[in-house]
Amino acid sequence: METTSIMPLLILISSIIPGILILMLREHQVALRTFLNLSGAVAKVALIAWVFAGYMRGEEYNYYFRLAPDLSFALRVDQLGLLFATLSSVLWLVTTLYAIGYLEGGKHRRRFFAFFSLCVTASTGIALSGNVITFFIFYEFLTLSTYPLVVHRGTDDAVEAGRTYLWYTIGGGTLLFLGVVGLIVIAGPIYFGQTEIIASLASVNPTSLTLLFFLMLAGLAVKAAIFPLHGWLPVSMVAPAPVSALLHAVAVVKAGAFGIVRLVYDVYGIGVAEQMNLLTPLAVLAAFTIIYGSLRALFQDDFKKRLAYSTVSQLSYIALGVAIPGILSSTGAIVHLVHQGIMKITMFFAAGNVAETYGYKKISQLNGIGRRMPLTMGAFTIAVFGMIGLPPVAGFISKWYLGLGAAEAGSYWVILVLLISSALNAAYFLPIVYRAWFCEPDYEASKLRGTTRLETQALLLIPVVVTAIFSLAAGVFASAAGSPLSIAREIAERLYLYLL
Amino acid sequence: MIHLPSSPFPALLVGLPILMATLSLFFRPGGKAAVGLMGSILTAGLALIAFVEVTQRGTVIHILGGWEPPLGILLRMDSLAAVFIGMTAIVGVFISLYAWGYFRAQETSAEGLPLFWPLWLFLWAGLNGLFLSNDLFNLFVTIEVIGISAVSLAVLTGKTPALFAGLRYLLAAITGSMAYLFGVSLLYGSTGTLDLGLLGEVLEPGPTTSFSLLVITLGLMIKMAGFPFHFWLPPAHSSAPAPVSALLSALVVKGAFYILLRLWMEVFGVSLTYAAGQLIGLAGAIAVIWGSWQALIQTSFKLIVAHSSVAQLGYLLMVFPLLILAPGVSADSADWLSPAWTAGIYQVIAHAFAKASFFLSAGLIIMALGHDRIESLRDLVGNMRITALAIGIAGVSLIGLPPSGGFMAKWMLLKGIFLSGQWWWAPVVLMGSLLTAGYVFMLLRLAFAPAREMNTFRPVPKSLEIIALMLALGSFLIVFPADSLIQFLESSGVFGSGIESIIEGGVYGND
Repeated sequence: METTSIMPLLILISSIIPGILILMLREHQVALRTFLNLSGAVAKVALIAWVFAGYMRGEEYNYYFRLAPDLSFALRVDQLGLLFATLSSVLWLVTTLYAIGYLEGGKHRRRFFAFFSLCVTASTGIALSGNVITFFIFYEFLTLSTYPLVVHRGTDDAVEAGRTYLWYTIGGGTLLFLGVVGLIVIAGPIYFGQTEIIASLASVNPTSLTLLFFLMLAGLAVKAAIFPLHGWLPVSMVAPAPVSALLHAVAVVKAGAFGIVRLVYDVYGIGVAEQMNLLTPLAVLAAFTIIYGSLRALFQDDFKKRLAYSTVSQLSYIALGVAIPGILSSTGAIVHLVHQGIMKITMFFAAGNVAETYGYKKISQLNGIGRRMPLTMGAFTIAVFGMIGLPPVAGFISKWYLGLGAAEAGSYWVILVLLISSALNAAYFLPIVYRAWFCEPDYEASKLRGTTRLETQALLLIPVVVTAIFSLAAGVFASAAGSPLSIAREIAERLYLYLL
Repeated sequence: MIHLPSSPFPALLVGLPILMATLSLFFRPGGKAAVGLMGSILTAGLALIAFVEVTQRGTVIHILGGWEPPLGILLRMDSLAAVFIGMTAIVGVFISLYAWGYFRAQETSAEGLPLFWPLWLFLWAGLNGLFLSNDLFNLFVTIEVIGISAVSLAVLTGKTPALFAGLRYLLAAITGSMAYLFGVSLLYGSTGTLDLGLLGEVLEPGPTTSFSLLVITLGLMIKMAGFPFHFWLPPAHSSAPAPVSALLSALVVKGAFYILLRLWMEVFGVSLTYAAGQLIGLAGAIAVIWGSWQALIQTSFKLIVAHSSVAQLGYLLMVFPLLILAPGVSADSADWLSPAWTAGIYQVIAHAFAKASFFLSAGLIIMALGHDRIESLRDLVGNMRITALAIGIAGVSLIGLPPSGGFMAKWMLLKGIFLSGQWWWAPVVLMGSLLTAGYVFMLLRLAFAPAREMNTFRPVPKSLEIIALMLALGSFLIVFPADSLIQFLESSGVFGSGIESIIEGGVYGND
């Protein structure tokens, strides 16, 4: 508790400084801006790798700053946080490359990249938060830094979407705020992992604690897009592709899901949460959202909207895994944080590539696109297989562990939900794959050619291929040391150490 | 009281601005501005030195002319006064710098505008005097100085709407002062003293005390535009020139709050009742909801900002019920009082920075567009990005999102609410935040929206935009010293003894 290290602070600074500097540059200073952006992104990945290695050797990296009596700004490094921070920083690097290519020649890029940097600062801040209040600070900071990205295009649609986005997230933030203050008044400043505090209060003050749990859960469920609080997500699809990718795979929705993981595992503790019957409502809502999101996805012709509803559905796997007690389902939930991220970002990159290169935004326009963009659609196909849950792609691992966990806990209905959902995943994703590879392109479309030697710009192509490889590798090498699965498993085992 | 260390700063803090103001009267318009700006910078510098002195030496006093009270005047600078004086200095110097550039860029031929400088310095002297005063009559004099210079500043442009608004302002100011004076004379009649410390010791509960408490509180509530006496604020604050609006909203109304807080905590401890606290809290709660709602439906930028002040001042009134627990409810004082009054002070500071920034931005928008109808804010981000950023940042602090000063205030307020067991105020705080988010994001949405017709934004001086932005950033930066600031405030025991009297319902200062 007493040792402090500035390493976690440096991790945040590595993106906040480029963000502020970029805001001060001039619009046409592209080279300098790109340099700042990339050096920040690379520095962040390197710093996190350094900290990760140190943490594995048993070193501690904590940073405290007392803002007011019992209001401490705390950054603490633990395995779960590191997993999320690694995910954020690696995908940020990739998305930065992608965004540089995607927005080439666009307007207001200075603003875009500045807030893009602030956004990833918020997201790593969430990962490294050591206590509830710090988490809340970054959670709200994330809302604010993503707003200019959502309305980036400045069209009426975008501004309207931004308004919806804000109402949902600010409303959720308010509920979370109330919950956090209440929790701190009752239990004092709670650091993540100090589950014994709530455990000791559970019998004294069960009503308040239950109420506060659901207040905070509601606040987190907005960003995690759990039904009925998911409305902002499909609407925000008007944002540029890199933003959608970031919003959906890493930053915003993951902040919500990660928050739920923290709330259940590291604040209340899985044992207490189960004892107080807090998990059943969460499980039911999550299961419903899984089915609901998939059903809505079935009927979307807009490519990005279909992906958005699919996100709604896929995210709730995490919440579902959290809600079922057991090492296996916890492993599934935690590993899905990572897996959903890399698979979904691949899909959004692919959708962005198609839209940017050929202007296609609807699924019905995608006939034969696979022949013209084999790498993009190849990557997309890998991600689809993962989402459906086919081995050896990453998604299979998540679903397998979730299913095993459900069986272990005797919740057989969850397995049914997983099966139905997989069938629905196949039903809304496979038609895209089929169209792309096996349908004849329209006559007019077949004459369109890309302008470059590659199927599209290199900066758009590399990221999608890289993340597809990640998705595949996370599945194939799942049992290797250092894979997301093995880390998730270690985290889960530690969670249940006290309960056994 | 007399054994406290003596220091010349309290006298200088009042004397210097008066001196510079008088000096500036002898100059032509151009010279007035130069002398005025210099006076502002000197006063601010002096204030910061004095602030540092209090942090080093603790509470200091100055006895004017060597005449000891009760005959002479004693100025006392404790940590609370130091914090308010420091805030006034920082916000004041930024507004002065802005005013310098603003009036030059306007190139208005209006005769009266150079008078801004002497009036503002008199106002500043009045504020400093108010923060330093230690007796009820001195406070009355400073209130009058502030009131007269504030009203004169509000009508500076000489335009008809400003004159009408100024008349209402004057009426409210006089009514407030009269009520205050009436209460003070009652107290003097029954106790024979005006000294705050002495009064706290000798005051006994009874109908006279309760009545004077009521009248003084009402008078001060009129002064700080507390609901239902807020009617004069929006027209007066919105029709004044931008730097004046900023001064009025950020600083002037806080003076009345300062007295109210001091009197409730230090003097009236014995006769405060639970019901009185609840009543004033209710007025605050209505102000929060009503003011925010009014702000949401306005169509001109300055009126939005002015109505928002009504709401933000409502939060200040909501501090008072938290200081008094319901009969029969017990709580550990250290736990529950500290967040409550910290909330009040943080709300004062955060609002001062954010609202000053808002009004200065409003001035720039009027400079660029010629008016401040909000539908013309479309594509503000494309044309005046620094101003848009300032509005965004200051707005976030007003809403109370982390990590802003406004967040610190709301956090402490909610904590005080829960700890004192008065949970029914919590929904008001949250509703207020949501409504504030409503109007702030309405402005931002417009700022990002595509321009409908060709809006012609005339170029504005970038330096002025940066001043507005710095004040907005200030509303965030004040979070960082929060811990030491709270310790500083607690160290000189400003509220320590008053708190005890409230808890025990007993006599002040019995330790």
